[in-house]
Amino acid sequence: MGEKRFMKGNEAIAEAAVRAGCRFFAGYPITPQNEIPEYLSWRLPEVGGAFVQGESEIASVNMVYGAAAMGTRALTSSSGPGISLKAEGISYLAAAMLPAVIVNISRGGPGLGSIQPAQSDYLQATKALGHGGFHAMVFAPNSAQEAVDVLYKAWDYAERDRNPVLVLMDGCLGNIMEEVELPPMKEMRPEDVPEWSLSRRNGRDYQGNITPIYTEMILEGINAMAGEMYKTWEQEDVQVEEFMTEDAEYIIVAYGIASRVSKEAVLKLRSEGVKIGLIRPITLFPFPKKSIETLDYNRVKCLIDIEMTIPAQMRDDIELQVKGRCPVYEYGRSGGCLLDDESVYEAIRDIIDGGDE
Amino acid sequence: MAEYKRPSSLADAPSGYCPGCLHSLATKLVAEALDELGQAENSLNVISVGCSALNILYWGNDFLSVAHGRAPAAATGIKRTNPERLVFAYQGDGDLCAIGLAEIMSAANRGENFTVIFANNQTYGMTGGQMAPTTLIGQKTTTTVYGRDPQTTGYPMKMCELISTLEAPAFVARYALNSPKGVNDARKGIKKAFQLQMAGKGFTFVELLTNCPTNWHMSPLQTLEYMNTNTIPYFKPGVYKDTEVDA
Repeated sequence: MGEKRFMKGNEAIAEAAVRAGCRFFAGYPITPQNEIPEYLSWRLPEVGGAFVQGESEIASVNMVYGAAAMGTRALTSSSGPGISLKAEGISYLAAAMLPAVIVNISRGGPGLGSIQPAQSDYLQATKALGHGGFHAMVFAPNSAQEAVDVLYKAWDYAERDRNPVLVLMDGCLGNIMEEVELPPMKEMRPEDVPEWSLSRRNGRDYQGNITPIYTEMILEGINAMAGEMYKTWEQEDVQVEEFMTEDAEYIIVAYGIASRVSKEAVLKLRSEGVKIGLIRPITLFPFPKKSIETLDYNRVKCLIDIEMTIPAQMRDDIELQVKGRCPVYEYGRSGGCLLDDESVYEAIRDIIDGGDE
Repeated sequence: MAEYKRPSSLADAPSGYCPGCLHSLATKLVAEALDELGQAENSLNVISVGCSALNILYWGNDFLSVAHGRAPAAATGIKRTNPERLVFAYQGDGDLCAIGLAEIMSAANRGENFTVIFANNQTYGMTGGQMAPTTLIGQKTTTTVYGRDPQTTGYPMKMCELISTLEAPAFVARYALNSPKGVNDARKGIKKAFQLQMAGKGFTFVELLTNCPTNWHMSPLQTLEYMNTNTIPYFKPGVYKDTEVDA
């Protein structure tokens, strides 16, 4: 039995990172993720780790790049505007094949946008976290507990793949207070430092080098290896929750905070006799293609993409799997305006009743 | 009689630097310091972007190659998690005082316990000779074809002077590599910076005035004279901060 605590989402993320073996954090203040650096500023020194408040998000992600090269489990966090600044460093992490975890507690955009919660960074997270055509695994937990579970395993994926991992949440989930069960502290022994790292702690004695720059033939090979890795993710690492979809004629697709509001709508509509279900991607990349691709389109009348951003950003990924076999509708709020039970219910009602194309 | 030979920290490889370029001399000075301190194995260098990146080929120690201007940030992550290692970055002037100005000033201000070797040749050598923040007034580059005009581009940036205003740095010094005395002073300065780092004294910064025969469009010999008449009068060599002595 793990240790139970009542925690804010952001603090739960920070504590889970420490328990996952994270021993370095660098970040820059930005709302709505400030509790992550604030918590780690005192917590990491307690466990022999290091915390640096960077001069910018750019510097912070490059500090993480340096720490990751030494085989240290390293974390940075931010919100949309800061993730844009980190894009350079995330691309370099992918190029240098360095594992690190990046948390985005997203807010309204584009630009400075708003400081209120929004799911406005789906496309950035899944399609282009930086230049050069690479992907990271993208996890989108929908509760403080699931965030803890995701963070606890995030470095295992990052180190397995030698590739950055992104955790995408929004300001609601970052600031929500919930009960969480914390996992035990992972003990990171010196010999656990990855063999490829520049650390001497695993007994390595040869000259090591890590670089994000290659000759063209080698780079082409690295690009091809990455392509194969993304395919493997699709086969082995997709995480998805399917809720009441077995007999559903209407399917909502929603992730993160939108999935929680959508689940309420499903329950209410079910009580009214509507056969409706929810597909909730937990990994946004790899996207749960099969869950949508293999639906019985003789039964399913339409899919409804619910996101807390306008226009919906996940819709293209959904449509690619629907392949024109039924209509796809969308509903959302944006700019920091929150989805609520009533408006989501009514929007879905309108769609089902044919009132909204 | 002492035997003069290639430092063991220097790879047995032909130099890729242009003929007459002082980068290769700076590379050798760093290697000599690593040898003398027995730190070749324990050291880790952060490779920046520009001609300085050619050092990938020359030093035999561990290295991490990083994004343009970000070497002091990456070095921060390295040193904070591996304080026992001798960590240094080698950056050019475009890298350090244009795109990486925030990173160098902030690392210096935090007093990060690593060393930055700053090769100042007053131009972007790798990309073909554009104006750098350190380009001298009147100096012609591919983006200041009539000579640098302070009315539109400001004045050459003096990094030693700037960094020595900060409280935290332990050692800040500038040397010119166009004379035997300058080279000897630089050799001592680099070694001292590494020793201070090993003693945990904090941030150390060594600026080396270098040249760029290719992009200055001069013979190597002419560049050395140009440094005497133009570069050195503006970028004055000397120790700008030494907390051990100043204290």
